[in-house]
Amino acid sequence: MSFITRGFSGRSRERDDRLPPGQTLVGDFPVLSAGPTPEVDTAEWEFTIRTESGAQHSWNWDQLMALPIEDVTTDIHCVTHWSKLGTGWRGVALDTLFEDVDTDYAFTMAHSYGGYTTNVPLEDLLDGKAWIAFEFDGEPLDPEHGGPARLLVPHLYFWKSAKWVRGLEMMEDDEPGFWEQNGYHLRGDPWKEERYW
Amino acid sequence: MTGHVDGNAIAGPLADFFSFDITTATGRCRACGTVAELARAMVYVSGAGTVVRCATCDNVLAVLVDTGERAWIDFGGVTAIEVRR
Repeated sequence: MSFITRGFSGRSRERDDRLPPGQTLVGDFPVLSAGPTPEVDTAEWEFTIRTESGAQHSWNWDQLMALPIEDVTTDIHCVTHWSKLGTGWRGVALDTLFEDVDTDYAFTMAHSYGGYTTNVPLEDLLDGKAWIAFEFDGEPLDPEHGGPARLLVPHLYFWKSAKWVRGLEMMEDDEPGFWEQNGYHLRGDPWKEERYW
Repeated sequence: MTGHVDGNAIAGPLADFFSFDITTATGRCRACGTVAELARAMVYVSGAGTVVRCATCDNVLAVLVDTGERAWIDFGGVTAIEVRR
């Protein structure tokens, strides 16, 4: 009996088709930080969407928890070549937060406690593609992983999923955030290997 | 990595950009005005890049990104660098 195998490397080295090009699976959850970890108390936490009219839509922690909360199982891909498959999160969809936001701008800048920024097109945040996540693996999100709450935009490289997120500012143009000013790609699609400029 | 090492950690990477050891130079922080040797800065090293912060106010003094084939350096948080010969 003979089998037709894919390529020369055999079954054990077949690539998982959930892995984007250039990525390697990890079991742990590496931490990437550009600075000290901010300690943000949920009693003081606030998330604000600011539009071109100056309007501000804000939620404190209790108001966020009162919104529809979704369970999200997703693969995540870091630009430093690691991927984690089937990670479990809970959070509020950006669709929910944008329900009453009136804007003509197509781009956003995410701002974090501690000063980190990253730019994300609005269309990458809507239609069930992004969340404000506050639980990972059934536990409150650790500060080192962005707790109390981080942006979760899993279809883009994970630097876009801003840790310690505190707001989104609507932008007319796609301006670069922290890493994007320093060589990283403006959009960061892992399937297109959009790592750098 | 959550901790930091001191500014000496950037001596090697910066050798590509400068012909002298820049960590012995002094720089002025754009945010708080502190003038200090770069070796005294707080350096956060991660796979994405290296972030150099002012030890006085935490402001980002410099960012280094190195892919192996390409490298970027941003000294936007420093208003001036003094080198003594």
